[in-house]
Amino acid sequence: MKSKWKALTRQQLFLPIFSLIVVLLINLVKDPGFFQIGLQNGVLYGRLIDILNRGSEIAILAVGQTLVVAVSAGTDISVGSVMSLTACGTCMMLAGYGNNSVTELAVPMGVGICFGLLLAFLCGCMNGALVAKLKIQPMVATLILYTGARAIGLVLCNNQITYIRYEPYKYFGNFLPGCPIPTPIFIAAAVIALMALFLKKTALGLYIQSVGINSRASRISGINADMICFWCYAICGLCAGIAGIIASSRIYSADSNNIGLNYEMDAILAVALGGNSLGGGKFNLSGSIVGAYTIQAITTTLLAMGVSTDQAPVVKAIIVIAIVVVQAPAFKQMLANRAARRSAAGKEAVG
Amino acid sequence: MKQTAVKKDGSRRTFNGNNMLLAITILLFVVMYTTGCIVYRDKGFPHLQTFLNLFITNAGLICVACGMTCVMLTGGIDISVGSLIAMDCMLLAFGMGIKGIPCIPMVLLVLAIGIVFGAVQGYLIGYLEIQPFIVTMAGLFFGRGMTAVICTDQISITQDMNQLFYSWANAKITLPAFLGYTNKKGKVIAPFIRPTVLIALAVVVVIFLVLKYTKFGRALYAVGGNPVSAAMMGLNVKKIKMQAYILSSFLCSIGAICYCLNTMSGSVQQARGFEIDAIASSVIGGTLLTGGVGNVIGSLFGCLINGTITQLVTTNGKLLSSWANIATAALLMAFIILQSIFAMVKNRNR
Repeated sequence: MKSKWKALTRQQLFLPIFSLIVVLLINLVKDPGFFQIGLQNGVLYGRLIDILNRGSEIAILAVGQTLVVAVSAGTDISVGSVMSLTACGTCMMLAGYGNNSVTELAVPMGVGICFGLLLAFLCGCMNGALVAKLKIQPMVATLILYTGARAIGLVLCNNQITYIRYEPYKYFGNFLPGCPIPTPIFIAAAVIALMALFLKKTALGLYIQSVGINSRASRISGINADMICFWCYAICGLCAGIAGIIASSRIYSADSNNIGLNYEMDAILAVALGGNSLGGGKFNLSGSIVGAYTIQAITTTLLAMGVSTDQAPVVKAIIVIAIVVVQAPAFKQMLANRAARRSAAGKEAVG
Repeated sequence: MKQTAVKKDGSRRTFNGNNMLLAITILLFVVMYTTGCIVYRDKGFPHLQTFLNLFITNAGLICVACGMTCVMLTGGIDISVGSLIAMDCMLLAFGMGIKGIPCIPMVLLVLAIGIVFGAVQGYLIGYLEIQPFIVTMAGLFFGRGMTAVICTDQISITQDMNQLFYSWANAKITLPAFLGYTNKKGKVIAPFIRPTVLIALAVVVVIFLVLKYTKFGRALYAVGGNPVSAAMMGLNVKKIKMQAYILSSFLCSIGAICYCLNTMSGSVQQARGFEIDAIASSVIGGTLLTGGVGNVIGSLFGCLINGTITQLVTTNGKLLSSWANIATAALLMAFIILQSIFAMVKNRNR
C-alpha cells in the first residue's frame, strides 16, 4: 500500500492534479453552487466555465514558458509585458495612431492582429538572441523587456487607453455569435494541440530536452543548440502575443498598465506546479497546462473569497516558494539526512 | 577629479575590460550631463541645484543600488527591491498617518522588516540553493501584495500627522551662497541638499569601505568570482550569500525611508519597476552579472545616469514619461551586450 502511494506521488502529474482537486474541494465545501453550469442568453456561464475561460491566457503562456524553462533552465519574465505590448500594437494599428476610441477600423482586423503578433515574435526573438547567442542569463535578458515592452506599449498608444468598439474584435475574448462556449477556450485548445502535435511529430521535444540537460553535449552530438534555444524564446514570445490579443479583446481595448500584469508569475507558477523542474531538461507540457488551470482555479477562489486582485499575489508567492523549496535538491538532501539520522538514532536506542 | 579617479582605479597594468566599463560609465555621464546643459541651458539645467537635485530625487535609488551591487557581486540578483520599497513606504504612511504611531519606532520597524525579508530570501537562496531570480520574484509579488493587504488607498503623510517625519522631509542643508545663482529679481539663491542625500552618500562610503577593506567584502568578491574555489579557501559560501541578501534588503529599507521622505506617501503602485533602475544602475556602473566584479562608485554613477535620463525627459516636457523607462531598458541592454562581448574577448585571449 505504502509503495503504491509512493509510486503515485512520484507521477509527474500528481502534484498539479492533486492541488486542482484540493482547490475544487475547498470550493465545494465553501460554496456548493460552485459547480453549477447554466445557460444564459445562449451562452454558458458558471464558475467552472469561468476558470476554463480565464485560464486560457495562462495556459497559452505556460506552453511557451515550459519550452523556455526546459531549454535554458531560466524563465522568460517578459511575457506579461509582451502581452501588453501586443495589445497596444494591435489596438494602435486598428484605431490609427493617436485615436483613443474608434468604432470603425483603420486597417483590416487581420493586419492589426498580425502586426501585434509580429511585435510579440520580435520580442521573443530579441530575448532568444540575447540568451542563445550572447549567453546572458535568461532572466536578466528578459528583464529588459519586462520594463521596456510595457513602456513601448504606452508610447504606441500615446499614454491613453485605446478602445476598439468594433463587434468582431470582441469575438476573440468573448463569444462567437451563436456559440455558447467562450472563444478563448478554443484558441487555447488550438495552441495546445498544435504544440503537442509539433512536439510529438517532430524531434523538437527531444532536442529541447537534450539541450536543456546538457547543451554542450548536444552541440557535440550535432544539434544546433543555440538555434533550438533561440526558437524556444521566439515561440514563447508568440504565445505571449496570442495571450495578449485575447486579453485585449476581452476588454476591447489596450490598457497598457493592466493587461498581463503579474501574468509572468502565473506562467512560471504553472510550469513549476506542473512538476517541471525549473532547472531545465525534462519537461511535460500537460503538467504545465493542468498547472495553469489550477492557478486560475486558485485565483478565482481567492477572488470569490473577497481577496482583491492586488492582494492575490501574496498567496501565489507563498505557493511558488513552497513548490520550489519542495523541489530543491538541497532541501531533499536535508530531509534525507534528517531521516537517516533519526533511523540511526533509533537503531542505537534499540541496540 | 573624475579623471584621476579613473586613473587611480585602472593603473596601466590592470586596465582591463572591467575598468574600461567604469570609464565608459563616467564618460557617458559627463557627456549626457553636458549635452543636457547645452540643450536645456535656458531651463536651469546648468545650475548647481539641478545637479544636486539628481542626488535628492535619487537618494533612495543610490541606497538600493549599493545593496544590489553587493548581491550581484555574489553572482545573484534581487528583483524584490521595488516591492519592498512600496511595502515599506505603505507601512510608514499607514503607521504614521492612520495609526498615529511615532516616527522612530516606525523607522526601526521598517529596518527590521528589511532584515527579516532579506534573511528569508537569503536562506532560500544560500542554504536551499534555489535560483535567486525565482526567490526574489516571489519576494517581488509578495511585497506588492502585502502593500495592498496593508492598505489599498493612497495615503499621504501630512504635517499634522507626524511633525518629526515632516520636519525631516523638509529639512534643508544650505550650501555656501557663492555656489548659487542670482534669479531674475537679483536675489541670490543658495543651493541646498536634503538629509536623504547625506544618508545616501554615507551608504555609498560605508559600502565602498566594507567591500574594499573588510573580510566580508572581499569574501563577496571571492564567492562571486568562483564559489567552488571560495569554498575550498574555507569560506562559508552559503552564509556569505545569505548575508549579502540581508544587506541588500536592509539597504533597500534605508532606501525606502529616503524614498518616502521624498514622496511623503504610500500607494500600491509606488516604485513599480524600481528594480530595473537599481539593476541598470549597477550594471551600467560596471558590475558584472556573472559576479565577482564591480564596485559601488560605478553604481553611484549608474544611478546618476539613470537620474539624468529622467531629468532630460521631464525637462523636455513634451515626451511621455515612459520614454525614460525605454531609455533605461535600452541602456541596460547596451551595457549587458558590452559586458558579454568583453567576456567573450577575455575567453578568447585565454
